[in-house]
Amino acid sequence: MKDSTLRKIALAALGAALAVGAGLSFYRSRHLREPIVPGPSVARVAKLSEYFSGIKGSVNDLNVYVLEGKERGGAVLILGGTHPEEPAGRLAAWVLAENAVLEKGRLFVILSANRSATTATRLGGAYPPDFTIPTAWGGQRFRMGDRWSNPLDQWPDPEVYIHYPTRQQLAYMDVRNLNRAFPGRPGGTLTERTCFAITELIRRERIDIAIDLHEAELQYPVISTIVAHQKGQDLAALASMMLSSNEGFAIGVESSPRALRGLSHREIGDHTDAISLLLEAPEPFLDATRGRTGRDLLLTGKDEFIVRAGKRGLLFEKIDEKGWPIDVRVGRHCSAILQILETWSEDKPDRAVAVSGVPRYAEVIKNGTGAYLKDPKTAAAGKTIFYE
Amino acid sequence: MVTILYYLMTAFIAVLLVWDFLKRKNWQEEALTIIVLIPFLLRLLRLK
Repeated sequence: MKDSTLRKIALAALGAALAVGAGLSFYRSRHLREPIVPGPSVARVAKLSEYFSGIKGSVNDLNVYVLEGKERGGAVLILGGTHPEEPAGRLAAWVLAENAVLEKGRLFVILSANRSATTATRLGGAYPPDFTIPTAWGGQRFRMGDRWSNPLDQWPDPEVYIHYPTRQQLAYMDVRNLNRAFPGRPGGTLTERTCFAITELIRRERIDIAIDLHEAELQYPVISTIVAHQKGQDLAALASMMLSSNEGFAIGVESSPRALRGLSHREIGDHTDAISLLLEAPEPFLDATRGRTGRDLLLTGKDEFIVRAGKRGLLFEKIDEKGWPIDVRVGRHCSAILQILETWSEDKPDRAVAVSGVPRYAEVIKNGTGAYLKDPKTAAAGKTIFYE
Repeated sequence: MVTILYYLMTAFIAVLLVWDFLKRKNWQEEALTIIVLIPFLLRLLRLK
């Protein structure tokens, strides 16, 4: 056999080994199962396709955890995982679904609003494939995820993304961004159909408030805030004042811009009867000036380069050597949700949603997020474990 | 429909790359062709 033939065989084998290694890593990441032990008030776990059959059987036929209180009241939707690479939102939703006790009203919790986006990481971003939240029982592993739907589920992207129904021109990759595709449409892309199904859920279940949980880079001006549709500005302002004075962290209020389309805080408010709010917590992992993009940065929020950027006045949120640990970010979301519910319930007692059993900011920091994640192995006998 | 077209294009380019790999005489060019081929294969196998 010629030398050149042997060389080609060797190189092809090396390439095959690389492809198999990379492929296995991607496959395992995409198919990592995330267990959830439904909490005491979860009356049923619906599928998103119950609200729109066009999503049935797809990767985004999501679990909807429906928590029901003993008394009738209002209804609130919590959206975690609209952008899965902002994990505090998913984790806060997880804490709610596993711990919340509904006294009054109904709570709809979605942990992976764009489940497709949980199955990929940023192309060229060197993201870790997953991360682990430490718990007393060893830790729970979550998929890292990305901002956009997985290209395996929606491909190709157009040159320009034209939002429906406004026809506003947006960046091409935002065709896969769940928070640029509301209110969605039944015959659209996977991302648009998912938004349409969520919008249908809000309409059919007579949701009073939809709260979309996010995180933002410190170089982004919309941070540590509640973005509120005009219908919810009084509610957001009062909740912000209560949180800032009672909980030990500052959170502002931003008005949802009318000119930027496709976002949950704009379109849900415009196209349904619900008040739409979006919560932003600080996530240094997303900052462009970050150093190594690893699990440590994701969970501790510590990065010397971002601290330097802060010293040069380039950030819209403070940061020091303590960083922005995940427990602080999850705690902010938990307290903000609870405060919004309390403020709403005081103002609208006939549509109240009263919740207990959910830790507030100080408790999450003290005990860690992992203290509120349930061990699927020791779940009560007969308890069904669900997977995200 | 457009997705199917893109998968067909990906398969076509993958075949071209394999053919190119077989025709190359220089090991560095062969190695480069193999590296370029990998993402096309991973997309065709729906792994990435």
